[in-house]
Amino acid sequence: MKIDHTQPLEYSTEQNQLNILGFWIFLGAEIMLFATLFASYFIYENRVGNGPSGGEIFEITPVLIETFVLLTSSFTIGLAINAMRLKRTKAMLVFLGITLLLGLGFLSVEIYEFMHYYHVGATLQTSAFTAILLTTLGTHGAHVTLGLFWGLFIMIQIKRRGLTPATANKSFIFSLYWHFLDVVWIFIFSFIYLKGMM
Amino acid sequence: MEFFERFAVPHPSPLIYASMVAIGLVIIAIIAGVSYFKKWGYLWNEWLTTTDHKRIGIMYIISALLMLFRGGADAVMMRLQTSVPDNTFLDAQHYNEVFTTHGVVMIFFMAMAFVIGLMNFVVPLQIGARDVAFPRLNAISFWLYFAGAMLFNISFVIGGSPDAGWTNYYPLASNDFSTSVGVNYYNWALQISGIGTLMTGINFIATIIKMRAPGMTLMKMPMFTWSALITNAIIVFAFPVLTIAIIMGTLDRQFGTHFFASTNGGMDMMWANLFWVWGHPEVYILILPAFGIYSEIIATFSQRNLYGYKSMVGSMVIISLLSFLVWVHHFFTMGQDALTNSIFSITTMAIAVPTGIKIFNWLLTMWKGKIHFTVPMLYSVAFIPLFTIGGVTGVMLGVASADYQYHNTMFLVAHFHNTIIPGVVFAMLAGLTYWWPKMFGFMLNEKIGKWAFWFLTIGFCFSFFPMYITGLDGQARRMFTYSEATGFGPLNMLSFFGAGLMAIGFVIIVYNIYYSFRYSPRNVGDDPWNARSLEWATHNPVPEYNFAVLPQVESSEAFWDYKKKGHKLFPDSIKKIHMPNNSGLPIIMSGLFFIFGFSFVFYIWAGVIISAIGIFACMAYRSFEKDDGRYISAEEIKETEDKFGGAGQ
Ligand code: HEM
Ligand SMILES: [Cu+2]
Repeated sequence: MKIDHTQPLEYSTEQNQLNILGFWIFLGAEIMLFATLFASYFIYENRVGNGPSGGEIFEITPVLIETFVLLTSSFTIGLAINAMRLKRTKAMLVFLGITLLLGLGFLSVEIYEFMHYYHVGATLQTSAFTAILLTTLGTHGAHVTLGLFWGLFIMIQIKRRGLTPATANKSFIFSLYWHFLDVVWIFIFSFIYLKGMM
Repeated sequence: MEFFERFAVPHPSPLIYASMVAIGLVIIAIIAGVSYFKKWGYLWNEWLTTTDHKRIGIMYIISALLMLFRGGADAVMMRLQTSVPDNTFLDAQHYNEVFTTHGVVMIFFMAMAFVIGLMNFVVPLQIGARDVAFPRLNAISFWLYFAGAMLFNISFVIGGSPDAGWTNYYPLASNDFSTSVGVNYYNWALQISGIGTLMTGINFIATIIKMRAPGMTLMKMPMFTWSALITNAIIVFAFPVLTIAIIMGTLDRQFGTHFFASTNGGMDMMWANLFWVWGHPEVYILILPAFGIYSEIIATFSQRNLYGYKSMVGSMVIISLLSFLVWVHHFFTMGQDALTNSIFSITTMAIAVPTGIKIFNWLLTMWKGKIHFTVPMLYSVAFIPLFTIGGVTGVMLGVASADYQYHNTMFLVAHFHNTIIPGVVFAMLAGLTYWWPKMFGFMLNEKIGKWAFWFLTIGFCFSFFPMYITGLDGQARRMFTYSEATGFGPLNMLSFFGAGLMAIGFVIIVYNIYYSFRYSPRNVGDDPWNARSLEWATHNPVPEYNFAVLPQVESSEAFWDYKKKGHKLFPDSIKKIHMPNNSGLPIIMSGLFFIFGFSFVFYIWAGVIISAIGIFACMAYRSFEKDDGRYISAEEIKETEDKFGGAGQ
């Protein structure tokens, strides 16, 4: 492995650069994935059958908490990457840890939200609208869940192996992923919740 | 007992029982054969765990050829059934299953695999790279494709095949109308292999963008590499749409949602839209690499630079953009307003313009060239007029108002076969013949190859041109039979005859492989076709590291210019080379995906959960794994190069 010291650690080998480019392309595919879900959502939005509409089931409080928590986590992972650039491994681990805890918090509130939908009779089977709502939220939530494990694994690796080109690369890519999930959430917040409650 | 009843085929026939026996025997024969020759170690170490793009490419191509035979058998059965009026060889249900599996196998598991296989083998060589960007991911792509293909194929003998067409329209594909587990198979097989394809897309874009040899700017890339780049971009943008559509379909069938139902807010046309938003780009995913192959072959055997390089690239870019804007032309008759239909009619016809530019470029490349009619060139020359007919009938279909006459008739079937067979299949056969010496170090016999070519081409004309006529006369597609009074009989018989000729053509190709393997001379040199691009600058067959020294490129016909103008292609000296390690993880993961899909098809939740845990465990293992690859030392490379007769030229 040739290490290029003029570059930040996460870009310092050829494979690292490839990994980052590859991940950007993957995010392109993810954009299409969520774009398809959003397009479907807009089409099914008012096709509620005998079930409730968005305005009837959305609750602002949990949604605001989720938004706040996830946006904060996007900030803290930014701090983690900043710490990584400064080679401050400890601080980096702390910020990553906070990020994952916030992610966990997000997920807990989302689970609460899903139980709420279940109790008010909005399940996958209720109508095309509830189905696309839960599928879209669920896809995002599944990404967050996967991210929690992934992030945890990366933290363990940094702890064991220190900041190497490989772990730095993984952390940077993970941060891209995490920011991306945040961006998707902003769309969900604006075009699903706010639009639905207007 | 009850547990096993679900695996029974709901609508069995002697044919299916015979297939069960045949599949069983083949599996036993393979296991016995490999054990007898003590080849398990070789198979595992050299092939099943390989991360070498060349071997992965070859495995794709072998799988594609197998699938070609599976799909071909379906095709012959369909033509046999319709060869005479009121035939009873297949009943309606079996006919439904056969045309469905035919379409799915041919598009997803034959054509896609063939295209990706050739891309795997050729692209890194053409750009002077040592492998793809993510060799391990590449192996995962292949094994996911393979798991999907096998899952789909066992539907025939376990639980029943899908029967709603390769387009799988709802409500036909819903539980109400497709009562067997067939459509579940469709969903899971395509989902699993689709993930593999998406990974291929990412891998190749990164490879082509980042790993080109020094001096090879984008506009100096060989045309096949250009087509691969654009194709993979389409893959990355189109496949996620299919992923979502299939998830929605799966939720509908297996979890009781109402996405595509006609109650509770559902909308069946939603599937048709999503399917074709992916589906039309998909046909260009298949044809663009074919265009790339023809460009290589026509330039090589006309001994001229490709005419209009820039316009070739430009037209492919335009095609790739337009391909996302035409999907409605697949259902003009299904209730949009006139304005919508008009818009999509115009975008559809617009695609013919860049396509036409390419046709003229090929013709002008041949103009005044010294043409050698080798087998690959024959396919390419036949492609031009035949594909043009397919394009013209496509434009006819694209006229929305006229499409009411021939939508869903045999005319449509003739159209898309007219594009897919001379377009994609011929290109694959031409490409296989062309690059065969690079893969295996000997040539396929030209004379036998020409026989195969003529059987396929003449067979193609006989089997598909009659369908244009019967289609215009109103013969519907996907009908298992027709009455004597329709008068469709003779033309359908002719079509069956053509299908027979094509079948013979394929058998000749297999014979050619066998014959050439035994008798072809092995000393063909590194550049048997007097070709133009970098893959011919290395040895035959290619050593695992591809190039001992990375080539220095100065034009889009790097190797040709090296031969004619004599600039130095390999300026460096031999240094140690970094190579990826083999890994058993991809095939293990693919096995788990297979179990996952199979269990899901039959609602065996224990299997679903266990295999899902296994898959995540593999991913976790991969995350913690330290694998920095290995180095081949300079001495070792020199030794290999000496055996081949000298390092670089
Ligand atoms: C000039 C180029 C082309 C035009 C204008 C065109 C137009 C069309 C139209 C309008 C249809 C739908 C007709 C109907 O359902 O009534 C269609 C179907 C189809 N086309 Fe093309 N096409 C072109 C090229 C291609 C190519 C290059 C391929 C494949 C490599 C292809 C593969 C297909 C397939 C598979 C279908 C059938 C879909 C089904 O099962 O319903 N076409 N084409
Ligand atoms: Cu189309």
